[in-house]
Amino acid sequence: MQRKLPLLTPENSAFWQGGANGELLIYRCAGCARWFHPPAPVCPTCNSTDVGPEPVSGRGSVYSFTVNHQAWTPDLADPYVVAIVELDEQPGLRFLTNIVGSPPDAVTIGMRVRVTFLHCEDVWLPQFEQDA
Amino acid sequence: MTRQFAAITGIGQSEVARPSSRSAMQLTVDAALEAMRDAGLTSRDIDGVACWPGDNDNGSPFSPVGPLALKSVLGIETNWYGGGYEAPGPLAAVINAAIAVKAGLCRHVLVFRTITESSARQVDRNVSSLANKTQGRDGSYFWQWYTPFNARSAINMIAMYAQRHFHEFGTTSEQLGWIPVTLRAHAALNPNAIYRKPITIEDYLASRMISTPLRLLDCDVHCDASTAIIVSALDAARDLPNPPIRIEAVGSALSKPWSWDQISLTEMATADVGRMLWSRTDYRPSDVDTAQLYDGFSILTLMWLEGLGFCSVGEGGAFVDGGTRIGLGGALPLNTNGGQLSGGRTHGLGYVHEACTQLWGRAGERQIRQNRVAACAGGGGPLGGALLLVKE
Repeated sequence: MQRKLPLLTPENSAFWQGGANGELLIYRCAGCARWFHPPAPVCPTCNSTDVGPEPVSGRGSVYSFTVNHQAWTPDLADPYVVAIVELDEQPGLRFLTNIVGSPPDAVTIGMRVRVTFLHCEDVWLPQFEQDA
Repeated sequence: MTRQFAAITGIGQSEVARPSSRSAMQLTVDAALEAMRDAGLTSRDIDGVACWPGDNDNGSPFSPVGPLALKSVLGIETNWYGGGYEAPGPLAAVINAAIAVKAGLCRHVLVFRTITESSARQVDRNVSSLANKTQGRDGSYFWQWYTPFNARSAINMIAMYAQRHFHEFGTTSEQLGWIPVTLRAHAALNPNAIYRKPITIEDYLASRMISTPLRLLDCDVHCDASTAIIVSALDAARDLPNPPIRIEAVGSALSKPWSWDQISLTEMATADVGRMLWSRTDYRPSDVDTAQLYDGFSILTLMWLEGLGFCSVGEGGAFVDGGTRIGLGGALPLNTNGGQLSGGRTHGLGYVHEACTQLWGRAGERQIRQNRVAACAGGGGPLGGALLLVKE
């Protein structure tokens, strides 16, 4: 099947489309300065509504990962890496993504990574590659 | 200190088949009639119906029969009924029933759970794919963060939990494998289990990798089945034929967001649930005679053992290693019917059914000797809930 893509909303479009300008945009609270994900119209820590997307460095490290071997559909026959990456900006600021550009067996927890965008229709998927 | 919500007074289960030729409704009625009969009740005595997750009008094989349909089919005059996925995991219907009874809304609740994933997968083996939860673009608040990255199954998330547990605590596949190996030995003594042929650690390590580090034998086995439990008010329970099994305490807490990637990967909901459960009873983990802990994937069981305090955090691998402690003759007989890994993915209520089977001394060849206190837990990822059951 084709890659499943998200339905864009006022809250999530910055995350899914920031890559058009080469930016990874993550929501941040002006009240308490904390970053949070997934994006929402209110800060989960202090409930301030003074929140919005801001660019992050796009650098982080692999928090955990798995090499998928099951061909759920014929297009997924080759092993691929699903990972959770923690961004440098804040401990615990992390999301699920893919690690690309390395052999799946080379990925390790703690590996330094940087964002790279996969353009699909009107969405730029933030994936990560090894940060040499 | 004890709340003494309510008691379980009867249990029933349909055939557990892969697949069944019986309809989803027929399986449900089989289980419901058996449970009512077991409790010494008829549908005229039942005034509540509860199900997790319910049918949501879509007939999904994950839950093809909901409380609205079963109430109607059995002609039950309800004072209270409820279903729905957004609750603390697969045991939520038991918790809801206990709340309804304790609040005085009703006296006897028929709690049930039907699943027909095995027959559905004969038609479409990807029927349970996360990508199929939404049509077209993914507008789900939760799944849109995962499906674009080809995380197609819960195993992709839970494999990352396992990988992190291995990384932080040194847990190994050789240790984890003792859960499926031991549970298969239990299934060998359960005539209703799906897979009964014993397996070894070597078989486990040789089984096909699905999503590292989890293998085929780390995954539960789909089935068609229905399970029913009668939850009754305590005073009413004491007039019925079976010794009441008291719902001594409930754990339903979740301090983190409901999310598969924003929670603690090595705790999930288990630590919150465990803290709540043990704060509401004088019983301790060492009082538990048997644990029936969610094993949709083997690593989840290991995390429940830690989260409910049966061993220290990070010690789950050592606890299950060799299989002795969790065997039928061990300190904590675990998933004594083979669990979902070998018995069949009845998905939640099967654990309560087996706990009651053991507490009432009906488990035949797999019967454990000390059988007064049981712990049940359901769910993985952000889903989580637990029950402490005590036979009076």
